[in-house]
Amino acid sequence: MTSTSPIEQSETHIAPQADHGDPARTWLGRIAEGRAWLFLAGLIICFEVWSRLAFGATFVLNPFNVQSIAIFAVAPLLLATGQTFVIISGGIDLSLGFIMGLAAVVAAHATNMAGAAIPLPLAMLAGILAAVLVAGVPGIINGLLISRLRIPPFIGTLGMFGVARGAAYLLAGGTTVPVQNSWFALLGNGKFHGVPYLVMITAIFVVVMHYILSQTRFGQHNYAIGANVQAARRAGIDIRGHILRLYVLSAMCAGLGGALYAARFTAGAAQAGEPLLLDSVAAVVIGGASLFGGSGTIFGTVAGALVIAVIQYGLVFVNVEPFWQFIAVGLVIIISVLIDQAQRRFSGARQDE
Amino acid sequence: MNSSEQTTPLLEVRHLSKHFGAVQALNDFSMAVRPGEVVALAGDNGAGKTTLIKAISGVFQPTAGEILLRGQPVTFATPQEAREKGIETIYQDLALADNLSIGANIFLGREPMRKAFGFLPVLDRKAMAVAAKQTMGRLDFHVSRLDAPVSNFSGGQRQAVAIGRAVYWDAQILIMDEPTAALGVPEQRKVISLIHQLKAQGRGVIFISHNLQDIFAVSDRIVVLRRGVQAGERKISDTNHDEVVKLMVGG
Repeated sequence: MTSTSPIEQSETHIAPQADHGDPARTWLGRIAEGRAWLFLAGLIICFEVWSRLAFGATFVLNPFNVQSIAIFAVAPLLLATGQTFVIISGGIDLSLGFIMGLAAVVAAHATNMAGAAIPLPLAMLAGILAAVLVAGVPGIINGLLISRLRIPPFIGTLGMFGVARGAAYLLAGGTTVPVQNSWFALLGNGKFHGVPYLVMITAIFVVVMHYILSQTRFGQHNYAIGANVQAARRAGIDIRGHILRLYVLSAMCAGLGGALYAARFTAGAAQAGEPLLLDSVAAVVIGGASLFGGSGTIFGTVAGALVIAVIQYGLVFVNVEPFWQFIAVGLVIIISVLIDQAQRRFSGARQDE
Repeated sequence: MNSSEQTTPLLEVRHLSKHFGAVQALNDFSMAVRPGEVVALAGDNGAGKTTLIKAISGVFQPTAGEILLRGQPVTFATPQEAREKGIETIYQDLALADNLSIGANIFLGREPMRKAFGFLPVLDRKAMAVAAKQTMGRLDFHVSRLDAPVSNFSGGQRQAVAIGRAVYWDAQILIMDEPTAALGVPEQRKVISLIHQLKAQGRGVIFISHNLQDIFAVSDRIVVLRRGVQAGERKISDTNHDEVVKLMVGG
């Protein structure tokens, strides 16, 4: 055996083929990424046609409908923004629904109590602040369980689901807690130039969350952890600290959701977020995130939440029995996951070659 | 032959030992890596290769012995400390976040920020892309789409990205653990060529491989480990496959 290198000759040119810039592939990838928005557009067109044919009335051009859909989407969207972060990191937060309920009850109590001592607008702010801060507590516990004690997110947050549920009912005395605060009621039901305050607050919040996810180190590390936690650790990212902050963030999203719920219904109820938890997961998945972590965007989740809201509201509008909503949303979830997998096979095949 | 015999080694380990309870994983081991030198570590499974590189890269502290960087004794409490001193370990699979671009991977954990609209801190993706292009260019690796996630790249290209990250952060010593395993032959050649580039830039490389073909293609010296002790050290030009195999199995 000789010791001369068989490689020497080929050393002059080793640039690998840069074949990943294929425009058709890129183009299809873009469509797949924006599929939730395309789906939303298609859905709206369907309902528009249906509505005109069946009733001779417009669906989407009716401002009342648009407002109602937007209001419908607010609460699930608030939960889903936090859930987007968690799912991108490769986790899941099942406690969000009852954290929202707990926050709604806290918001109601705190607003009432503060209202006795300070002016109503300040009492309203105190109530919202209390709701968000109290929601952070189960978030901290979730984060510690998952990051320090290495409990799988599914189980840790499932436990917190029960704890938050019980705490919320205990705090509410097993009933709903009415809010006596005209400012709070105005926040929940008032409009500015036809745009409900709730929708404005949610829109601003969503933009802030989009910024955090797409433009900050926290967001970047979140994607890295979701894709390859070992690589993230080796790159010197503080995984434990990140996971802790992550679950606090998602719980606080639910806290804001609870406070806005209490404003909308001028009452806090422990079961406020119960039906919204799975909607939040569905919105994230329809929006293009993978439950395996590493992908997803806030704007995708916005589209996902709107898809669910349009289906729910649209089916009622065209007078279909409400139970079809569940079937329709369920089918959309399944189709979304199928599209996601097809896209993965298509664009990720290079790896397996 | 190379003339760097007289220069101070970039990295030197002296009489390094590591015990796990009663198990002696590494026993009184010494070796040196000079600038622009590729030293291959060979040995059977369990011979102590992994223990040695973990001690050098700060994963754990040796029981006895010392590590010298350019003649200065050093100790590393964590892998981060070793990295800050310029020792970078490149793992086969675990190095990259597949969903991020080359630039984002190079800067992972140390992302540059800029101010949008003069006040809002945002990730400086452009700076990351520019640095990625330059760095990969230094490795003669040219990509057209810098925003593509690295999952779009082949195994050898991804290995190049991991090496690129080390080069960007100016690692002087690269420890490469089986960099050619799990790669096709053309891809293995690319990685071997990358190692030649690192050598030409005056960096030191510790190259761990089971593949004697690769070891002979790229290394200046080979150090053979057997049951935690140094079984032999040879210049590549003075040895052959048979002798190395004999050293490894103790024939």
